[in-house]
Amino acid sequence: MNNFSNRKYIIGGIFILVVFIFIIRLFNLQIIDDTYKQSAENNSQRQVTQYPARGLIYDRNGKLLVYNQAAYDLMLIPRQLSAFDTVDFCNLLGIEKPQLVKGIKKAKRYSYRKASIFLKQLSSERYAVLQEKLYKFPGFFVQTRTLRKYPLKSAAHALGYLREVTNQEIKSDSYFRQGDYIGKSGIERTYEKDLRGKKGVKIFWVDVYNRIKGSYKDGKADKKAVSGKNLKTSLDIDLQQYGELLMQNKKGGIVAIEPQTGEILAKISSPGYDPEMFVGRAMSKNYQMMVQNDSLKPLFDRTMLALYPPGSIFKLVNGLIALQENVISPSTRFECQNGYHAGNFTMRCHAHASPLDLRHAVQQSCNAYFANVFRYVLESPKFGSVQDGYIAWRNHVMSFGFGRKLGIDLQNEKSGSIPTNEYYQKKYRKKWRALNVISVAIGQGELQITPMQMANMVAVIANRGYYYIPHIVKSVGDGEAIDEKYLKKHNTSIDSAKFASIIDGMEMVITGGEGSTGTLAAIKDIRVCGKTGTVQNSAEADHSVFVAFAPRENPKIAIVVYVENGVWGSRYGAPISGLMIEKYLNGEIAENKKWLEKRMLEADLINQTKSTSTNSAN
Amino acid sequence: MTRRVSLVKNLDWWTVFIYVLLVFLGWVNIYAAVYNEEHQSIFDISQRYGKQLMWIGAAFFLAAIILIIEGKFFSAFAYPTYLIMLVLLIAVLIFGREVNGARSWFQLGSIRLQPAEFAKFATCLAISRYISQYNFKIHKFKSLVISSLILFTPAVLIILQRDAGSALVYSVFLLVLYREGLSGIVLFVGFLSAVLFIITLLLVKLYVLLIILGFSFVFLKLIGMRFKQILIGVLSVFIGFYLVWGIVRLLQVEVSVYWILLISIALNMLPFLYCIYKERLKNAIWVIIFAVGSLFFTFSVSYLFENVLELHQRQRINEVLGIESNPHRGAGYHVAQSKIAIGSGGFAGKGFLNGTQTKFKFVPEQSTDFIFCTVGEEWGFIGSTVVLFFLLILIIRLLFLAERQRSPFSRIYGYGVACILFFHLAINVGMTIGLAPVIGIPLPFFSYGGSSLWAFTILLFVFLRLDANRLELLR
Repeated sequence: MNNFSNRKYIIGGIFILVVFIFIIRLFNLQIIDDTYKQSAENNSQRQVTQYPARGLIYDRNGKLLVYNQAAYDLMLIPRQLSAFDTVDFCNLLGIEKPQLVKGIKKAKRYSYRKASIFLKQLSSERYAVLQEKLYKFPGFFVQTRTLRKYPLKSAAHALGYLREVTNQEIKSDSYFRQGDYIGKSGIERTYEKDLRGKKGVKIFWVDVYNRIKGSYKDGKADKKAVSGKNLKTSLDIDLQQYGELLMQNKKGGIVAIEPQTGEILAKISSPGYDPEMFVGRAMSKNYQMMVQNDSLKPLFDRTMLALYPPGSIFKLVNGLIALQENVISPSTRFECQNGYHAGNFTMRCHAHASPLDLRHAVQQSCNAYFANVFRYVLESPKFGSVQDGYIAWRNHVMSFGFGRKLGIDLQNEKSGSIPTNEYYQKKYRKKWRALNVISVAIGQGELQITPMQMANMVAVIANRGYYYIPHIVKSVGDGEAIDEKYLKKHNTSIDSAKFASIIDGMEMVITGGEGSTGTLAAIKDIRVCGKTGTVQNSAEADHSVFVAFAPRENPKIAIVVYVENGVWGSRYGAPISGLMIEKYLNGEIAENKKWLEKRMLEADLINQTKSTSTNSAN
Repeated sequence: MTRRVSLVKNLDWWTVFIYVLLVFLGWVNIYAAVYNEEHQSIFDISQRYGKQLMWIGAAFFLAAIILIIEGKFFSAFAYPTYLIMLVLLIAVLIFGREVNGARSWFQLGSIRLQPAEFAKFATCLAISRYISQYNFKIHKFKSLVISSLILFTPAVLIILQRDAGSALVYSVFLLVLYREGLSGIVLFVGFLSAVLFIITLLLVKLYVLLIILGFSFVFLKLIGMRFKQILIGVLSVFIGFYLVWGIVRLLQVEVSVYWILLISIALNMLPFLYCIYKERLKNAIWVIIFAVGSLFFTFSVSYLFENVLELHQRQRINEVLGIESNPHRGAGYHVAQSKIAIGSGGFAGKGFLNGTQTKFKFVPEQSTDFIFCTVGEEWGFIGSTVVLFFLLILIIRLLFLAERQRSPFSRIYGYGVACILFFHLAINVGMTIGLAPVIGIPLPFFSYGGSSLWAFTILLFVFLRLDANRLELLR
């Protein structure tokens, strides 16, 4: 049989050939093709995002306004799913099977490999039970996140809220992943990048059942999460809460500013809402409810979004401009016979002594006086024409921060409007006269101003001519400086010497004796300067406005109170301003003013709007 | 005393050395595959590597006993051993324990034995004994029938245990028979069947028919038909096709193109046969046999595939052919994970005990059938080629040893051992790198498991014992 012995070569050849083919294949798999290394890592490494704690928010005195609370999201990686006991799973989570099926489908649609949220914000009890059994459900894991918590349930508009990121936000900012939260309004939005910190990552080895087998490279490749920076706001939360209390059952807003710095001490928009309503799972439901079903618009931030005519408080600005342009002096007197009469035109005024000088005109808020003042400015011979006069006047007005966004460190600020010359040219066909726009003299007409801008105006007066852009954050992190623009002094076009007589008038508003309109704002031993305003409101009752600052020398607080349908400035604006200032400067309300505080707290302009408005048709 | 000395002198120590080396490497890799922090001691008997160590000890003991036994014993007791084995294979069908769907294990206390592993050894002995007889003539009908019976009986019994993988091993004896004079055509037909099998599953049957037709024409040319004649043949098939097609359209019957082609070929057979007769091309009969046989074969393959094979077996074959590939479950998952493990090893591997894919159980059966993944992942391209080389050297060495035997029995047995080892190597490693279907057979000396280690040890050392007596003539 040895004649076949040559066949050993064929057989041996086959053996060698096969092994040779294997080696080529191995060369291909192990050396040329890199995808397997990648797949191996995907298989056996799980990157767990470490969410940083979001920065805390404090008030100016270090009181905690916002902190974090742990929440547990159940995440799902569809690729790692395998058959599991669905009944057990549903019972653990308290869900129905269709919800489970739907959730898995949704996750698969999003991505096969990337984790997506299966169930949001499990309670810690559920989480505790689930965690022990999680190994039975490969593909699922729990991601710890933080939710915002508000110990004082105050200042909702200023603080803002968080919302889950949209797909668009994920696309435009690579920081975000599905299920992350982003600041959507208020401080949370403006200071999002400071507050959110830096995400970290922990890499684990996991086995085929998705059980953690240890940390990758002993944690050397891990990145620690960096907590967000804490913020110190300029809010005085006691003052804020007190203001919210005073404004209960009223529509309107309060803004209090520290004139020397532009820091916002309080910012109240009423009606407000409990910030906790916008946390977590209840958010979308509550949001819907507030936007659609609440005619009072609690989400509407009246301090920066509401455009009101300023009313009589604007007389202060007109007086200052006239002084600056030297068209009047503090001792200039104008007559008032129950109003201002020019030809057929009449602008009514209340009864008071006549004629008055500037100080008394401010004290008694004489319409006729400021109508004259306004005409003097516009018709002054040095301006050639009324139009040029108006342009000069408007430039002065604009230097107070009206008619444009102030640049506050909060989103959604309205610019308001001071009509331009062009606007009137169009409206009155080129040649218009001062009388056409005379209502501007008393803060009516086309003027649109936000309470924030009004507060800034008071700060200007308190500072005798300059302001800092109002802002709400005092410092970021460990005393890091805030944006430079908030440290820059903005001078108005009015010389500081021109303010004295106006401020005299404002003090007389409170303590000037007979004819004073704002006596209810008076505080014992503190020189308060203020000005009332009653804003005509065609459809409903007039709005009550009051601006004030105190003390007269070295002012600590400038404030505006705007109460919708509050009728006269003296009725709600003045007392509330006085209480706020007293609260801020003295820390408490004196016994002899408790009656006034009680009256303000009990006043209800929302549920009894009808009865009030019929009483006071002016 | 003299016998002892001659045994030590005549034993092929190279083979023994490679054997010990492979067993050791296998053990180390089993340790790596199932390593966990809690049981770090490599001697821990509660773990697989600890158990494997015991089995290795037992295997060495077995080897020593085999070397002591007189070589003549094995040829003398070849048939009894074979018969006992058959009885065991039948017994396991009745008394056996079912593991993973296969009833192929005897449970003796805590030890499980798989007779199919030892059946290879017994069959190898028996076929060697039979072929080495004086009156054996390979192309005699009776000889062929009996050797087929010797090979097929255990294979069928093993298939009955639902362990098709182990049964396939017996096909490798074709190589042994080839060495002993079986016509190369059989080998060629075997190869052709494999090719046809694959294209039958891959392609629509119309294309398979066209391929067979094309091959037939090529063969006709090879046996001496003239080009013009072949062209005429092709043309007449075409014309026949269009004729039948036209008639079918006319009668408005639904007949597939496949059948139309088949009918037209059948119509052409008569003039074709006449042509052959005229040209006196005797060999043409082989071409016809080829064509008809192939056709029949493809039919039976489709039938077998659709009706006989089980779902998981079909899936595994489809997986290798790339027809179905679901990397998330079943055989597709196994192969995908196995390739990931090996592929991620890179050039030099991740290092001992650093493999993640195998250790974290992404790879199934990581200590038994897929042990090569641990080699590939932890030792990389270098390690896997080294292991492949050792195995190849062992097998080639066995061929060399077989060829130097004076007695045909020893030679045939040696070829049997080499071929069995080769088949295991080819299928096992082939499956881990996606070149062979997932068939659960162990990698010789590497895979965890007492039965397979002992079976391979017996297989190998019986041959070494025979080789030590190579100068004697055994019958």
